[in-house]
Amino acid sequence: MTSDVKNPYASKPTAIRQWENFFFWAFRGATYFVLLCGVAVFGYIVFKGSQTVFRLTPPFVNVAFLTESPETLYVFEHDGKKVEMGDKDYRTFRESEEAKAKAAGQPAPEFKSESYAYSAGGIFPCIVGTVLLVVGSMVIALVLGVASAIFLTEYATQGPIVRAIRLAILNLAGVPSIVFGLFGFGMFVIFFGWNVSLIAGWFTLAFMVMPVIITASEEALKTVPKGFREGSLALGATKWQTIRKAVLPYALPGILTSSILGIARVAGETAPIMFTAAYVVRDKLPWQVDKFSDFFFQGVMALPYHIYVVSSKIPQNEYTERVQYGTAFVFLAIVAVIAAASIILRNKLRSRYKW
Amino acid sequence: MVTSAFTTTAPMDTPPAASSTPTTRAPLVPAARPPAAGGTRTIIDIENLDFYYGQKQALFDINLKLDDKRVTAFIGPSGCGKSTLLRCFNRMNDLIDDTSIKRGSIKINGIDISRHDVDPIELRKRIGMVFQKSNPFPKSIYENITYGLRIQGIKSKARLDEVVEKSLRGAALWDEVKDRLYESGLSLSGGQQQRLCIARAIAVEPEIILMDEPCSALDPIATAKVEELIHELKNRYTIIIVTHSMQQAARCSDKTAFFYMGKLIEYADTRTIFMNPANSQTEAYVSGRFG
Repeated sequence: MTSDVKNPYASKPTAIRQWENFFFWAFRGATYFVLLCGVAVFGYIVFKGSQTVFRLTPPFVNVAFLTESPETLYVFEHDGKKVEMGDKDYRTFRESEEAKAKAAGQPAPEFKSESYAYSAGGIFPCIVGTVLLVVGSMVIALVLGVASAIFLTEYATQGPIVRAIRLAILNLAGVPSIVFGLFGFGMFVIFFGWNVSLIAGWFTLAFMVMPVIITASEEALKTVPKGFREGSLALGATKWQTIRKAVLPYALPGILTSSILGIARVAGETAPIMFTAAYVVRDKLPWQVDKFSDFFFQGVMALPYHIYVVSSKIPQNEYTERVQYGTAFVFLAIVAVIAAASIILRNKLRSRYKW
Repeated sequence: MVTSAFTTTAPMDTPPAASSTPTTRAPLVPAARPPAAGGTRTIIDIENLDFYYGQKQALFDINLKLDDKRVTAFIGPSGCGKSTLLRCFNRMNDLIDDTSIKRGSIKINGIDISRHDVDPIELRKRIGMVFQKSNPFPKSIYENITYGLRIQGIKSKARLDEVVEKSLRGAALWDEVKDRLYESGLSLSGGQQQRLCIARAIAVEPEIILMDEPCSALDPIATAKVEELIHELKNRYTIIIVTHSMQQAARCSDKTAFFYMGKLIEYADTRTIFMNPANSQTEAYVSGRFG
């Protein structure tokens, strides 16, 4: 019976339907392509890097890579076997071999070794340096950024001047990071005489992320309902009391969200720290200083700069590749850990100060 | 259900039971209240007030004397300036950029509040405010009530506890929330939240309480509770209430001021305004013919 009835709702292969299908697949394809690129990049780094960082035998992690300073790798033949050794081990090994030979009355053995810079040891100073740079610059950026965001949204009379300031801040966000590096070099390193130091790097990086933090903090402050402010002010609170007790706690989760993005950017930038804070290699660790104030005025090693150095400033071979991908892998992991910590903190604040 | 033609043309807040002839609008009219012993004192004295938002004049030559320990209602259609005037009393308009009183004065207890030696912070400690949209802080009920005291630096737990109970009892909320003082103020129902805001306002013992359409977001039962509360509070506080609901003005207030287009049209005993208005615009508004 029903089959006799012509279905008026049947799909018609019109051009409109074809375009609909075309765009659906085009968008879908674009998304999958992006996904594929991401997976390829991460997968490659994780695949290559984990070979350096992890071991198949206990303790399963390459402890030396995470806890030691970079060393020159020596590769030589000994008793017909190929041996790889770091700088310090190689020296002690040679001395003991020479002493052994001397005791046996034989001539000193000859070592024909090839050396590869930075290919032995670990990246501990870089990890420490990067964490110090991120924490310090984020503290500076958050304090200054949130303070100026509070002034701009809560105190300043909205008018052409404030609009101009806001525009200037937004433009600052578009300045290439190398330009911030140059600015930091001219301002902090040379003019203030801070030399290549942690503090110069902190301020350079802080100025770089400040626009993001200010803009996002302003947005976060604006999302706090006007009623909270009015309710507080109507009870006779001053503006600062109102901001501290009825506005800022509720804006904090939003501010932290923006600073999480800031963390990734600060940790990842190579250009601004290249001539303000980073050393190619430094034997001392940051806390090995004579007096406390020296802490701020010392250069540090940093992960992104280390990757740059080992990938482009030294001769490439199979030994440097291990360091490159190992460092990149650790770097990703550290950024992920810091970001995760901020996200947990933000979610805690969010559930405490939700409205 | 009343389905007369009247209900289809009248605004929502006009009682459907009333007929359109003014003389039979009996349910709207409050019972005449006995005059207070010893007469009344003027607490707020407004003289020739012109108020501007930027270049736009919002209030035109307002002259008004408000009585102490009485409920005064401000009525009028949206945008007539009644909320603006209310927010002049605790200088909340200062918070809006580019607002100014270009002429005239507001004296509270004889002090011109625009004077340079009047600190709006001190003024607002003495003049509480309840907003249209209930705005408890997303803190516990206890912290909401004690907020005003804490910002004045009062830390004594015993004192704070005492004020919390007193204020919540004062706002007829104690019995409903006494077992959950440390739960969020936002866990309360809409009407309870608004009464919490009233409790928060009376916790700092103000002289005057300003209410800016306190019931416009509440259901009829919650509204009735707030109105009951206004009745109880008026022995101790001067209350000025802005309302869109004429029944509310009729039920709660001793005196009513009718505003239209930034001008004070008529100010008289509530009974007079609703029963026997002198001005034809007032008459038209209270009978629901416009606004």
